[in-house]
Amino acid sequence: MSTVMSEQEKETQIPEGTQSSSSSSENQEASNVVIEVDDVNFAYVKGKDVLRNISMEVNRGEVTAFIGPSGCGKSTLLRCFNRMNDLIPTAAITNGEIRILGTDIYDPNVDVIELRKHVGMVFQKYNPFPKSIYENVAYGLRIQGVAKKSVLDDTVEESLRLAGLWEEVKDRLDASGLGLSGGQQQRLCIARTIAVKPKIILMDEPCSALDPISTTTVEELITQLKDDFTIVIVTHNMQQATRVSDRTAFFYLGNLIEMDETTKIFNNPSKKETEDYISGRFG
Amino acid sequence: MHDLAKDKPVEKSLNPFSTKDFALKRRDGFIRTLLRLATYFILACAGFIFADIIIKGAPVVFESSFPFVNTKFFTESPETLVVFDTADGESHQLDFSDYSQFKRDNPDMKIIEEHTHSYSGGGILGPLVGTALLTLICIVVALFIGLTTSIYLNEYSSKGRFMDMVRLAIMNLAGVPSIVYGLFGLGLFCLVAPVIVDAPNDRALFSFPILPGKYLSFEGWGTCMMAGGFTLAVMILPVIIAACEESLKAIPMGFREASLALGATKWQTISKAVLPYAFPGMLTASILGITRVAGETAPIMFTAALAHKDVLPWEGANSLGGFFSQSVQAMPYHIYTVAARIPQSEYTKPMQYGSVFVFMILVMCFAALSIWMRIHYRKKVKW
Ligand SMILES: Nc1ncnc2c1ncn2[C@@H]1O[C@H](COP(=O)(O)OP(=O)(O)O)[C@@H](O)[C@H]1O
Ligand SMILES: [Mg+2]
Repeated sequence: MSTVMSEQEKETQIPEGTQSSSSSSENQEASNVVIEVDDVNFAYVKGKDVLRNISMEVNRGEVTAFIGPSGCGKSTLLRCFNRMNDLIPTAAITNGEIRILGTDIYDPNVDVIELRKHVGMVFQKYNPFPKSIYENVAYGLRIQGVAKKSVLDDTVEESLRLAGLWEEVKDRLDASGLGLSGGQQQRLCIARTIAVKPKIILMDEPCSALDPISTTTVEELITQLKDDFTIVIVTHNMQQATRVSDRTAFFYLGNLIEMDETTKIFNNPSKKETEDYISGRFG
Repeated sequence: MHDLAKDKPVEKSLNPFSTKDFALKRRDGFIRTLLRLATYFILACAGFIFADIIIKGAPVVFESSFPFVNTKFFTESPETLVVFDTADGESHQLDFSDYSQFKRDNPDMKIIEEHTHSYSGGGILGPLVGTALLTLICIVVALFIGLTTSIYLNEYSSKGRFMDMVRLAIMNLAGVPSIVYGLFGLGLFCLVAPVIVDAPNDRALFSFPILPGKYLSFEGWGTCMMAGGFTLAVMILPVIIAACEESLKAIPMGFREASLALGATKWQTISKAVLPYAFPGMLTASILGITRVAGETAPIMFTAALAHKDVLPWEGANSLGGFFSQSVQAMPYHIYTVAARIPQSEYTKPMQYGSVFVFMILVMCFAALSIWMRIHYRKKVKW
């Protein structure tokens, strides 16, 4: 069932991708790059940059992991991608540009609401609404004004299936989402994000509040989801990065030290700091 | 050293734990007694007040025979009580309307020794209805302003010095004496608040035409339940705003972030992912606010309340505007009237104690409801 779904997804994804690149700029389709970070500096408070001269590219259909010691700016960069940092009044990009699907997302013509429909986010602390499982997943569609029962039903089922939660909850869709186990709640949050059909899903330490067994289920889910979505995941668990990601970016003190194939980063890093970090010498 | 201690058998009289400092011990006991007495004093005061009201008030409200409740007390408004003896040597005690009926029915009966006691006859329907209406208007107005203000303060405004000052100003309102609110309400709502009229009054502050033949005139609403309800609302706004803000703060940031990340607008987020969960808390706090406004006398004294009124609100008006423009009787003001503004006698006591008893029970019910709601919703909240 989930494979059928992913076929459909791919079919719908390609024309939309072409559309957005043709309407914005250049031939993004060819390069297969969905997120381009171009020499970005970021500050929460004026004058104190917490990200410095970050440049990177995130490829379509891949899982990209951000690793690095706590406080190095992984979450900050992630939250730039869906402009969650807009919630903090003084926070701003002080240099450079972030382009998603070819468009500078900090351009005044970008509607942040539309951006967030394309770039979904899963949070560190699983945060389902105190609504039923069904309503949690349907939330994103309902706020877009979708009221048709059949559309909602289909989307809820599709999303829960993709999140690997359907079999566990199909008999109690009306029960509160808060009654699920931690791992199920996080997968419910992933289903809720999927339901909006974003191109990119950002995950900020999605397993850090989960037990090892739930972590495994969520990690398996992530590897399955990359057929349909481009995923950027922040993790401070290096094993997790090796298990789920294709490419890994290592951050240290607000700088991007290096970014490469995950196997390369963990077996043969080119920078001394990276080697020190992955061999557990600090952080 | 050790050996020495081991060798010697422990003697009973050499208790190492015997009291050394008797003065210290006495002082400890004294403080304990003092604290206990202070607590008992409060208990005694509360007990005395409640007992006095219940012992003297309950017999007025309850009866020993069916329907066990003095229905007249709840279905009639206060009236003058006439106490008189008739020539046949009998003593009567009748409300003024019944007294007039009695005289009509017995035109030849000679009445001797007639005394009147104002407000001591009839029941308390008028004041009950008035208080209910005032409280209702107050809660609607206060909830609306309180809700909007707290949403703005907590969700929209940026944190900073100015907003801290706004908050401080709102909190300071809680310290204003209620009589000052009464006068403020008189000055603002009764005398200058805007109304739509056909022809502006001479004493209007200013007026201007808005529609053909209609003027918006700042001439005040007069002494009426609208003015009273608004005055009460302004008075409890600080409490309501603080309670609403508290409820909003209790909603996890995660709900807001999750909603925004799904592409919701700010207002969609507030209305769908914040308010539904903050609302029970807001309502609970507001009901506690009701118990406070229902009991206030000073704010309604100049703005809304009348000691005497012949008709009930729905009998005295033929339009919605007219309905809210009436002055009303109110429980606290009625109690003030019968307790302090009429000559006291044996015959005024039932009305005094009956009113206080009913009012006290009513306010206690609201307080209990609010406590119950708080416990109930706290149990349901899981995040
Ligand atoms: N809301 C904020 N306001 C000010 N500084 C912040 C805020 N959030 C994070 N920071 C600072 O930005 C830096 C990077 O934080 P973060 O991106 O959360 O790190 P990471 O996710 O890598 O642990 C840290 O030094 C942190 O103190
Ligand atoms: Mg982080």
